[in-house]
Amino acid sequence: MENEIAARNKKIKHAIMIIVLAILFVAFIFPFIMVIINVFKVKSDITANPLALIGRHGFTLENFPNAIKKMNFFRSFGNSLIVTIFSTIGTIILSSMTAYLIVRNNWMANKILFVTMIASMVIPFQVLMVPLVSLYGGIFGVLNHRITLIIMHIGFSLSMATFMFHGSIHTNVPISLEEAATIDGCNKWQIFSQIVFPILKPTIATVAIIDAMAFWNDYLLPSLVLGRKELYTIPIATKVFYGTYSTDTGLIMAALLLAMLPILILYLFLQRYIVEGITAGAVK
Amino acid sequence: MKTNTMSYKFKQYLLFAGISTIIFACVVIIPFIYGLYLTFTSWDGVSRNKPFVGIDNYVSAFADSGYWTSLGRTFIYSAIAVILVNAVAFIIAYMVTSGIKGQNFFRAGFFVPNLIGGIVLGYVWKFVFNKALVELASTISSGHAKSLLATESGAIAALIIVSVWQYAGYMMLIYVAGFMSVSEDVIEAAKIDGCTGTQSIIHISIPLMTASFVQCLFLTITRCFMVYDVNLSLTNGDPYGSSALAAMHVYNQAFINKDYGTGQAEALILFIICAVIGGLQVYVGKKGEVQA
Repeated sequence: MENEIAARNKKIKHAIMIIVLAILFVAFIFPFIMVIINVFKVKSDITANPLALIGRHGFTLENFPNAIKKMNFFRSFGNSLIVTIFSTIGTIILSSMTAYLIVRNNWMANKILFVTMIASMVIPFQVLMVPLVSLYGGIFGVLNHRITLIIMHIGFSLSMATFMFHGSIHTNVPISLEEAATIDGCNKWQIFSQIVFPILKPTIATVAIIDAMAFWNDYLLPSLVLGRKELYTIPIATKVFYGTYSTDTGLIMAALLLAMLPILILYLFLQRYIVEGITAGAVK
Repeated sequence: MKTNTMSYKFKQYLLFAGISTIIFACVVIIPFIYGLYLTFTSWDGVSRNKPFVGIDNYVSAFADSGYWTSLGRTFIYSAIAVILVNAVAFIIAYMVTSGIKGQNFFRAGFFVPNLIGGIVLGYVWKFVFNKALVELASTISSGHAKSLLATESGAIAALIIVSVWQYAGYMMLIYVAGFMSVSEDVIEAAKIDGCTGTQSIIHISIPLMTASFVQCLFLTITRCFMVYDVNLSLTNGDPYGSSALAAMHVYNQAFINKDYGTGQAEALILFIICAVIGGLQVYVGKKGEVQA
């Protein structure tokens, strides 16, 4: 009898929670719905009623080719892709190597490096942006190259990534495994690349997800480094495009949807890994 | 092979951390030190020489009322946003870990805003505030409604709404991890001892999740405090510069007003605030560990 009541209460509680979550969920996707229903309308229909599902002039696809051409979508997509991929790979390789050195060798130089890295995590980007532009733009003149942006992305994310790999190597890589490999004649580099690195897979996934999302979406640093139109990444292209066509709402909707689409499509396929990766990164 | 000689250590360091050290130094350490130097010079952004001006930049930074107003605004915005983000995230996390149907779908769904960059999000919401919600409000009140972005407090409220929407999903995942780390046995034992659901959350789950709270709070504090992208695309400081937050003020001071020295001095004040917050995080985190 008591069990039945408890079971019924639980059912009611779950039903209420599902309703609350559903309402919140609609509020969460409301902005996306707005973009999707307006992207297929002409400008005058959007102005007349942005909430209507279909405008008076009906369904149109013309916003897409216009936006793609005017914001040079495929080029900025390519630029974003190159920058994100190389920055992420660079960060993962360099930070995992550094973390391995720090965890396994109790040297003074390692301690200094690690402490400096941890301390540097509180430096806000705003403190570094003027000196970066002054040094690499004014004195060395190396801005306007993708490689400069990639190196800067790596530099800014190294500390956090090294910290995460440090924790992971510390807890997940048994030292006896490495000792066995040493006896078998492996040198340090072979031990790292063939034994330690593969064990770090879950952390690699977490770091890759967090950093790739940050690199893909970053605006401020790329906007300071890449001033030439041919090098624009998606966030910069979106900003510039909005500045030029802000009154042409249909075109803007298409540009915004295009800017969101690549990562949303990726999320559709990798959703489980992304959610798990972030959750795993949080436990520490 | 000797592993305690200087040359072995040097080679190992170079192999594993050489490139990292160089990049880290070039991108973070050297610019940081050079930035300190820049606060004592006046630089217009173009010329090669940077005349030494002593503490003039700090004097003008302290005299820049616009900076202090934006800083105060940032504090208010951050305080409200941090509380709301964490409250919403915690409640959602509780609901999606209670074993309801479709909880994985909800977890994935609430995370979606985090995937999109601040610039794009800001423009999407600008459309929502200026067009969609105005239309909705006009229809309901059958009159002419004004956009939230048209007034000063409205623009800040809009920034808070967008921040909650953007960050709640991410923090939710951290709280989900926290809820999952609380073992079932403990909750079960509490239930047998007569704990109600709410009691077990307040007296058992929350204390055991201190680490998640510390992590989420400081993550949201630093993110809100340094917000720039959404500020730029959603309000761009409008109306009349009344919604410009500290990061935007610093950017404008340096790159728009071309007053790099003052901008850098103001950025350094931001750094000191961040360093205090960071120090606090380490302190609170350590204290929490001892208790747990």
